[in-house]
Amino acid sequence: MAMITADPKDVPQVASFSFTPEYMAKVEEQISHYPPGRQASAVIAVLDLAQRQQGWLPRAAMNEVARILGMAPIRVYEIATFYTMFQLRPKGKYLLQVCTTTPCWLRGSDAVMKACQHAADGEMFSVQEVECLGGCVNAPVVQVNDDFYEDLDEASMNKVLDALRRGETPKPGPQVDRQTSAPEGGLTTLKGE
Amino acid sequence: MPKVKIDGVEIEVPAGITVLQACELAGVEIPRFCYHDRLSIAGNCRMCLVEVKPGPPKPQASCALPVADKQEIFTQTPTVQKARKGVMEFLLINHPLDCPICDQGGECDLQDQAMAYGFDRSRYHENKRAVPDKELGPLVKTSMNRCIHCTRCIRFATEVAGVEELGATGRGESMEVTTYVEHALSTELAGNLVDLCPVGALTSKPYAFEARPWELTKTESVDVLDALGSNIRIDSRGAQVMRVLPRLNDDVNEEWISDKTRHAIDGLRHQRLDRPYVRTKGKLVEATWDQAFAAIAAKLNGLDGSKIAAIVGDQCDAESMVALKDLMTSLGSPNVDCRQDGARIDGPRGSYIFNAGVRGIDQADAILLIGTNPRTEAPVLNARIRKRYLHGKCPVASIGTAEDLTYPVERLGAGPATLRELVDGKLGFFEKLKDAKHPMIVVGMGALAREDGAAVLALAYELAGKLNAVRDDWNGFAVLHTAAARVGGLDLGLVPGEGGRDVAAILDGCQKKEIDAVFLLAADEIDTTKLGKAFVIYQGHHGDAGAHRADVILPGAAYTEKPGIYVNTEGRVQVGRRAGYPPGDAREDWAILRALSERLGKTLPYDTLHQVRARLVAVNRIFAAIDQQAPGAWGPVGQPGATSDAPLKSAVPNFYMTCPISRASQTMADCMASRAHLMAAE
Repeated sequence: MAMITADPKDVPQVASFSFTPEYMAKVEEQISHYPPGRQASAVIAVLDLAQRQQGWLPRAAMNEVARILGMAPIRVYEIATFYTMFQLRPKGKYLLQVCTTTPCWLRGSDAVMKACQHAADGEMFSVQEVECLGGCVNAPVVQVNDDFYEDLDEASMNKVLDALRRGETPKPGPQVDRQTSAPEGGLTTLKGE
Repeated sequence: MPKVKIDGVEIEVPAGITVLQACELAGVEIPRFCYHDRLSIAGNCRMCLVEVKPGPPKPQASCALPVADKQEIFTQTPTVQKARKGVMEFLLINHPLDCPICDQGGECDLQDQAMAYGFDRSRYHENKRAVPDKELGPLVKTSMNRCIHCTRCIRFATEVAGVEELGATGRGESMEVTTYVEHALSTELAGNLVDLCPVGALTSKPYAFEARPWELTKTESVDVLDALGSNIRIDSRGAQVMRVLPRLNDDVNEEWISDKTRHAIDGLRHQRLDRPYVRTKGKLVEATWDQAFAAIAAKLNGLDGSKIAAIVGDQCDAESMVALKDLMTSLGSPNVDCRQDGARIDGPRGSYIFNAGVRGIDQADAILLIGTNPRTEAPVLNARIRKRYLHGKCPVASIGTAEDLTYPVERLGAGPATLRELVDGKLGFFEKLKDAKHPMIVVGMGALAREDGAAVLALAYELAGKLNAVRDDWNGFAVLHTAAARVGGLDLGLVPGEGGRDVAAILDGCQKKEIDAVFLLAADEIDTTKLGKAFVIYQGHHGDAGAHRADVILPGAAYTEKPGIYVNTEGRVQVGRRAGYPPGDAREDWAILRALSERLGKTLPYDTLHQVRARLVAVNRIFAAIDQQAPGAWGPVGQPGATSDAPLKSAVPNFYMTCPISRASQTMADCMASRAHLMAAE
């Protein structure tokens, strides 16, 4: 199997990181959830805030989180490398997390993946193959940053990508005529008659 | 106390211990990798599985299971055996088969336990995982493919060494033990990681591919590179010391030793004095023992005793010190001093030893450090203070220059004036000390080896009195020495006799030509330029400062090359043993002095080591009780007087180079460079 590297040497590191006042307020809010002296409990939330501000988690951000929470930096590195949702490499503006687990795969995730990989340029879009996103009933599913786009195929995926490229925010959820996980084309039972 | 049945045998065990410990008490061996009795419990290797009734119908990790009354523990059932085999098979899945080229071979827990509990072949046909090696500094070599993720090293660094720099990143198959940022560990105890590692993932870098454990001769001895007197095992091959390992002694070093103790030994191979030298026409020329003794006799015969002086070094054994003292007495010289650094110690025994003992630190409930940085002066003792701090409810404060001691320390101030304020109760910490049942006052050489040392000592004495720190059931007055020979020297009375000169006065006398001959017994920490035109005899094992200035050099033995008695900072008498012979013509130190005394016509009355040791006991009875810490008498010490404003600096600014041996060591030089690099990066 491939060589494992915890600290990718080819990652451009940023020289310094500090929270903006808006994010700092959120950080303080998170810390306030825990008793004094137990601020380290907020580490995952604070790392997430850092990632949201920066777009990914450079080491400088992890060091800053460690400083704010009074932890040894290594303890923060341990957490940031443990959870796959922390991005330790720079990402495009939109991170396309394509589910390729069995239900999505059976419903054609390969084609969706192809569309995403075609679009991935590292600046606007980055692609990541992920395990089950828990949206099997709407397979295939792609998570774009915080939103789920469901019931995709190659064409609808491309439509979503085009819209994102134009700076629009396409409506998350099913990309077919369907309300959440209700039957396609409208209700078939319990029509209220 | 709970009664448990282990493999059908009933045994009563102390409450609060784990099933694994109970099994150990019952004499039942439980295999383990992650469990270590001085570290926190991790419970992640799963090798210690046993069956326990009552309990769930599956094997339990005995290291993390508290023992309970009426428990039945089974360690040899088919289920347990199968479980162990399974765990072992999983551990070996990713462990390389490189035992023949692995330094851990022969003393590897995994190797041993695979023999006992493993399968005889592998059923795994995939590729093993590959993990990049890590850079952990000049002492620890890594081979991370071999790592089984027991996390002992992480727990040691975090808990004992107090440097939270090692961690486990990633998860599952991607888990790696690393510093993440690839730097040397900033600890003086890094060598212990190698001992702790149950496999060959962390091995000793300086010792890499040097020897196999079974070809080494093991000698139990005592360390002299700091004043703690750590118990060590010297592993040697032929005359060469290959490595030094800690020996278990809960009263002194538990099972840790500092990096200097462990790795300065390559200094024993360099810069050695292996034959006598005599200075002729300004140049040191090789000579025979006879010529060297003749040169000394020619100078000393007829010289008045008051014109002769002797300075004793920091690593001398008690035997050579008593021989030197006796020789100087017979020459009529009162000018003997074992305090090279000029420490103002000259009182009853209780005033110059670490009275409470290292074990006393575990009891202390408030600690004041005066002019000492235990992290550089005795790292293992510092780890003991850290252990006490982790236990809770033990505030630590320091007077002196600020240093990172790996535990929080309240900085009261830098100079003796702060101590004065504390004695007068003007500082808040006074109340904490006063309220403590077992207050401890640690006085370092940084406080005593200075002009106003006697006044600082008097202040510390006054403080001890006010705190009632010295009483029948507790003696919290603790002097932390930096020289392994110091307490022994003081016990033997190697201080100026009546009308005698101390080190400063001897050097002064040399310049004023009042002292004509100086005997340096491995004394290198003095300013040799101040020896003026005096005739200098240097007896020691390294060509360091003293030997460069000498007129006659008598080659002696280093601590690994002679049997010797040392008294550590607690006043504990310990015996070092010979692991090999000194190089070339060099000899044991007391024997050299005995031979010299004969040439000077003042033959010392002992011919064997046994007789010298009898003489030691005659001089001071404490030398009869080996491995014991004899309590010291207590009385007014120091001299109340004016103190200067100069801050109390640690006597050991540079941990890695403090003596001729460590200065000759390439490994210590590498450590220094690595630490400097680390400091610069911060």
